[in-house]
Amino acid sequence: MTKAFRNDAYAKVTGKAKYTDDYTMQGMLHAVPLHAPVASAVIKKINVDKACAMPGVVKIITAADIPGSIKFGQIIKDYPTLVHKRIRTTGDVVALVVANSRNQAQAAVQAIELELENLSPLYDPEEALLAKANLINPEYGSNLCNYHRVRTGDIRQGEQEADIVLEQEFNTSRIEHAYMEPEASLCHMRPDGVMEVIGSMQHPFSTRRFVASTLGFELKDVEVKTVPMGGGFGGKDDTAALVCARTALCAYLTKHPVKLTYSREMSMRESYKRHPYRMQYKMGLNKDGKIVFVKVRMVADSGAYCSVTPWVTWRSTVQCCGCYEVPNVHCDVYGVYTNNVFTGAFRGFGSPQVNWAIEQLVEMAAEKLGLDELEFRRINMVKQGSTTVTNQVLNTHKVSLGEVMDKVLKEIDYKNKRKHCSYGDTKQDTWYGIGFAISYRGMSLGAEGVDFNSAIINVQPDGSVLLETGVHENGQGAESVMMLIAAEELGLPISRIRYRMPSTSNIPDGGTTVASRGTLLGGGATTNAARILKDIISETLKTYMQRNAASFEKESILDDEGQVICTWNEAIGLCYSKQIYPYAFGVFQAPRVSWDEETGHGDAYFTWVYGCQAVELEVEPKTGKVTLLNIVAAHDVGKAINREMVKGQFYGGMATGAGYGLFEEVPLKDGAVIPTNFHQYRIMRATDLPEMTAIIVENPDPTSPSKAKGIGEPTLEITAPAIANAIYRATGKRYTDQPIKMRKQ
Amino acid sequence: MITVNGINYEIGNELKDKKLSEWLREDLMLTGTKIGCNIGVCGSCTVLVNSEAKRSCKLTLKDVEGSKVVTIEGIALEDGSLHPLQQAFMDAGAIQCGFCTPGMVLSALALLLKNHHPSREEIRQALKGNLCRCTGYQQIVDAVELAAKQMYPTPKH
Repeated sequence: MTKAFRNDAYAKVTGKAKYTDDYTMQGMLHAVPLHAPVASAVIKKINVDKACAMPGVVKIITAADIPGSIKFGQIIKDYPTLVHKRIRTTGDVVALVVANSRNQAQAAVQAIELELENLSPLYDPEEALLAKANLINPEYGSNLCNYHRVRTGDIRQGEQEADIVLEQEFNTSRIEHAYMEPEASLCHMRPDGVMEVIGSMQHPFSTRRFVASTLGFELKDVEVKTVPMGGGFGGKDDTAALVCARTALCAYLTKHPVKLTYSREMSMRESYKRHPYRMQYKMGLNKDGKIVFVKVRMVADSGAYCSVTPWVTWRSTVQCCGCYEVPNVHCDVYGVYTNNVFTGAFRGFGSPQVNWAIEQLVEMAAEKLGLDELEFRRINMVKQGSTTVTNQVLNTHKVSLGEVMDKVLKEIDYKNKRKHCSYGDTKQDTWYGIGFAISYRGMSLGAEGVDFNSAIINVQPDGSVLLETGVHENGQGAESVMMLIAAEELGLPISRIRYRMPSTSNIPDGGTTVASRGTLLGGGATTNAARILKDIISETLKTYMQRNAASFEKESILDDEGQVICTWNEAIGLCYSKQIYPYAFGVFQAPRVSWDEETGHGDAYFTWVYGCQAVELEVEPKTGKVTLLNIVAAHDVGKAINREMVKGQFYGGMATGAGYGLFEEVPLKDGAVIPTNFHQYRIMRATDLPEMTAIIVENPDPTSPSKAKGIGEPTLEITAPAIANAIYRATGKRYTDQPIKMRKQ
Repeated sequence: MITVNGINYEIGNELKDKKLSEWLREDLMLTGTKIGCNIGVCGSCTVLVNSEAKRSCKLTLKDVEGSKVVTIEGIALEDGSLHPLQQAFMDAGAIQCGFCTPGMVLSALALLLKNHHPSREEIRQALKGNLCRCTGYQQIVDAVELAAKQMYPTPKH
């Protein structure tokens, strides 16, 4: 076993690591939010008199107290930090109580009296799309949050050419991120007039925008410092930033440090979920086994607010046919407002839904054609130089779909084991099934948005190195990866590098650490910074020692014959003595991408990754109990920087993906989340999972300075359909709605 | 009296009904004990009470009167070096966000104190009550196995 490297492991394993709620400050007050009791209403009056008189209460804050903008958002500024008049979801916060203790604030929240005029709510996105529907946001004139489409080839011609047409609807549900640490923030107004923020959030720069907007501050007057955070998975964006904005508001108005720590109940009530999708697919096939068309309509429930629905659904649009070549495509994707709890980013980001559908649909298609599912995939899947459904030619990198698939199927012995599947054989007491799924995934943000990142390498006079990047440590090990990349580029032992505690006031906004872009973008910036630094040092050696530096290895600088010119420390000493800073600012700008909203064509992403996962399982017919026996995955990561941590991404993604397939869902009642805590929301436990095998495939990516791509999301996006396919081979039944609700046989 | 990490504390009546988790975090500043659900389901607040893994959010100080409590801050060896289980968590890549880590380590420690050579299945059973969303548990099981080998090497035949 190679030992894992993590710069934060020691602090975390000893309990020394301080997460947001572990901090206190002198004079610190506590805030607690009051959530809306119903999903749709107009607030007539908020009576705080009784609550104000409760022991320990310092201040009760409503929207009227907000000095800056009441509403903010990443794409559309539609999310009220505190509800002004109109309640749109039970996750809305109506007021904040600030008190000397958390218990006092909690007690006072219950004494706030609301006078409401209830409005008739909308919970069904299809209903919300009808012309006669009430408007969730009347100012938009429609409940449509966004619309994307793809028009490729000629759908009518495709329909004429098809020998067989399949029609199938698939549905997916809301999912809770279930990060172990609920949202929290601690803010204080510094004597220099800066609002200082710490919090459990994934995106310090996004958080800074939320806080600055709420307070009416300029970005320079808000500093977000990041502390260890207990998991995000895409979920600590909007809600986490709002918690920080509310805390900052309390600190600003009370002139005291304020902490707001969410209970699990508050977190589950308010935080956004994975989008539930309704997907209506029609797929045409010809007798040679080729897909000749795909027509699909998808409806995603955005809940009451926009959040990143346009981006999530855009990825679903680009990847609407999975990793297959389809000449004729007609795809319509709608993001829709309802009064449900809102939905947003979640590891996978619009791909788990599509893969759930398409990876089952291709197997249904193969069966109809009398082909095996492997053969059918081989005929239709993208290969080197293939054109995607959005007219992008896959030629900037190695298209390794065949490679990952072959590796998984060989490792799990698919062809052999497939013969033993039960297909619901009534003579058997236990049913066995094996199944797999494949995918491709566009890396990073793609044409969703601007995509660049930076790194600062600041070498100290003693030769030790301070490194930072615009990437955030979400728990995935991002800082460790950046340190390893810098160490390799500079020829230094890792012990000479320290990752500096990040602050939004010290490094430019590098965007959010999402979309599996941390290693790719931050690693690219680190690589480029290290190269600039080496140029500075090389230039210095040339000028003052008349030597040509060729390589940096083992804390030394070598010439092209491998002779040591000087040690690293001597080189740094020389720089400082000659008034030259060994300091580099490196940037990685994502290569050009493009998108045409009208046609749904473009080079959507600058590079892609490929993955395959296979699952073996058993089903007990009498009870419907599913036991996972084995999961094998292969993903092309470009280059593995920290192998053990790459494996950790595999296992964690597969575990969440398996939960997605088998039991995870967030049911709602009257728009409100029913599960209040983990006793009602089941995630995978250690005993639910089999031993998993992670096969790391490395095809260094020419578009990535570090040659690495990403691994966070690909691992989660195909476990569920692989399970569904295995369950089909165990039971003989297709489960097209996620999660799979096994019927007793 | 309650002993926490070897130090004795006299408990006044006013504290008897306080949750152990809150007392550890707020009064003793032992913030390595984490609160994930506060209803005894996630295992983040696991501590050892008389060598048994217990959820500190489900206990009051009254419940642990006269007991020996060990938190994550109290398991390093006397010379300050890491407990083999802590080192194994680091080496095996068992740590990601780290929020479940203290509870995981303590549940694993309670297991190893009783069972020196657990199977992977027994390790999974012992960690069943500790939720983790990052790791898929596999490298945590690896870590416990690794630690067991180091702590209790099988005698040579």
